[in-house]
Amino acid sequence: MTLFQADNLAINFGGIKAVDGVSFDVQKGQVFTIIGPNGAGKTTVFNLISRIYDPTSGVLRFEGNDITGVPPHKIAAMGIARTFQNIELFEHATVLHNLLLGRHAHRGGNLASQLLFLPSVRKMELEHREKVEHVIDFLDLQHYRDTYIVNLPYGARKVVELARALCTEPKLLLLDEPSSGLNTEETEDMAFWIHDIRNELGITVLMVEHDMTLVNEVSDRVLALNYGRVLALGTPSEVQSHPEVVKAYLGD
Amino acid sequence: MRFFFKTDYNQDINLFRDGVDRFWYGLLIAVLLAAPFLLEDFWLGEISYVFILAIVGIGLMVLTGYTGQVSLGHAAFLGIGAYTHSVLLNLGVPFWISIPAATLLSALIGALIGRPALRLTGVYLAIATLAFAFIIEQILIRWEHVTGGFKGFPVPRPEVLGHSMVEDVPFYYITFGALVLAVLVALNLLRSPTGRAFVAIRDSEIAAQSMGVNLAAYKTLAFSISAGFTGFGGTLFAHKIGYLAPDAFNILLSIQLLLMVVVGGLGSLHGAIFGAIFVGSLPQLIAILRDYLPEGIARQPGLEPGIFGLILVFFILFEPLGIYGRWLKVKLYFSLFPLYKKATFKRQKTYTKSERNR
Repeated sequence: MTLFQADNLAINFGGIKAVDGVSFDVQKGQVFTIIGPNGAGKTTVFNLISRIYDPTSGVLRFEGNDITGVPPHKIAAMGIARTFQNIELFEHATVLHNLLLGRHAHRGGNLASQLLFLPSVRKMELEHREKVEHVIDFLDLQHYRDTYIVNLPYGARKVVELARALCTEPKLLLLDEPSSGLNTEETEDMAFWIHDIRNELGITVLMVEHDMTLVNEVSDRVLALNYGRVLALGTPSEVQSHPEVVKAYLGD
Repeated sequence: MRFFFKTDYNQDINLFRDGVDRFWYGLLIAVLLAAPFLLEDFWLGEISYVFILAIVGIGLMVLTGYTGQVSLGHAAFLGIGAYTHSVLLNLGVPFWISIPAATLLSALIGALIGRPALRLTGVYLAIATLAFAFIIEQILIRWEHVTGGFKGFPVPRPEVLGHSMVEDVPFYYITFGALVLAVLVALNLLRSPTGRAFVAIRDSEIAAQSMGVNLAAYKTLAFSISAGFTGFGGTLFAHKIGYLAPDAFNILLSIQLLLMVVVGGLGSLHGAIFGAIFVGSLPQLIAILRDYLPEGIARQPGLEPGIFGLILVFFILFEPLGIYGRWLKVKLYFSLFPLYKKATFKRQKTYTKSERNR
């Protein structure tokens, strides 16, 4: 079953065609990876999906609904969560606070009840905390719960960002270079988690990744981009041996 | 050193961490309640002025310290609160209606200002709010038949059960009650989803948006709530100064308010209150300082704003976390004694910061 579909997606920045007629669809329960050299338009595709950019043309469909016109803050509530390439955490807040913000799309109660902190608000907060604790257990973050992000090492920040995205209870998880800046051991952990996210939590994963070991380990389908165009689409081994892909990475 | 053993999620939600905290804050409230029996009326007046400043400080802290939006126009909201309250009192409206009415009007105007200010960040936002403050000042001057123009008008002195509420002792209790109310509302705001969204906007707008925070709505809300607190403080401020004239709400007051939150410590309610104590006592300190300065400098006009500016610069350079940051360090020093390391709070360079985060 198709969960997400990009149809003929394109965006121009002035005269530059950053993404130019990209079409692909992600099946439910898949790990779908986008690879490509620097500047191929991978992150731009992500920014189009999370609606930070408006596409020049093309359609985005999520669970059969056209989401091309949905404002960016409504994407999370629909079930699409993301992480960022350069880590966008709330630095002067604790890990717990960051994860609770991941529950924002599920908040309830109006402002007045929050200002009075009525028992209903407390009950809701406890429910959110419960959900957040599940994610903390899942990703082994117990140790960092009350640490401020500024005091966290880089590797742990990556995990917290993943955790925050999971707290939104997404159906589709967008991971922008989950392994960048991680050492070999941390990358292996990441591979296990991506595996578990798909198999245990049943979340479909769409990721951008450079580390081909990780890509081979977890991906079901791979899309190769270059200069905003699709080079190849298929299984990891098919794409890697595709002559166009080899040419893009290694030259003629 | 105290160790917090947590056995319940509620411990992270409750206002007080444990019995020790409850004891100290309880003691503080008890001392403040007993103050009128211990202090002379002059000091009560000074303390109630600090209470009023603290309410305004909390308002500005919500906007600047928690949502990350600078405002150089908060004197205008103070003015709106003060004038609305006083004009309503003159029309014969009882004060327990006119105070909430003035608060609501300030919050409403705050939302209207917040809307166009959405597209501005950093120094441009500061300039826009500054412009807004000038517009309000001009309105207060030109709208003569309501505001009394340049001359202004005396603030009515409402009575409760035959006692004037602006006498020193009753006014002290009223401002104290108002501050406690403001602190409670602010704490509730900050521990609920809305407050978390404010902090998220401050630290990363793009991530906040992707987690479902509607930037436009929440920034407007932050402006509105902040203006509401400030207007509420303004109603009491009117009674404190006793006579309203436009020049009481000029740019210097806005800068003083900003000084208050920066010096107190951005991003903490303690900071707002420490800042209020500092700014409240500063004029006295400067007056004392004048006696010791050479004649030529002491009589110089503009000495006061000059000192304000200097203090602001020194705090930003040497103690960006403000008085509250210093307080935390002192506390840590004693709790770790004799193991405190100087490098614990050494500021480290961050290399992962991107341009956009400013």
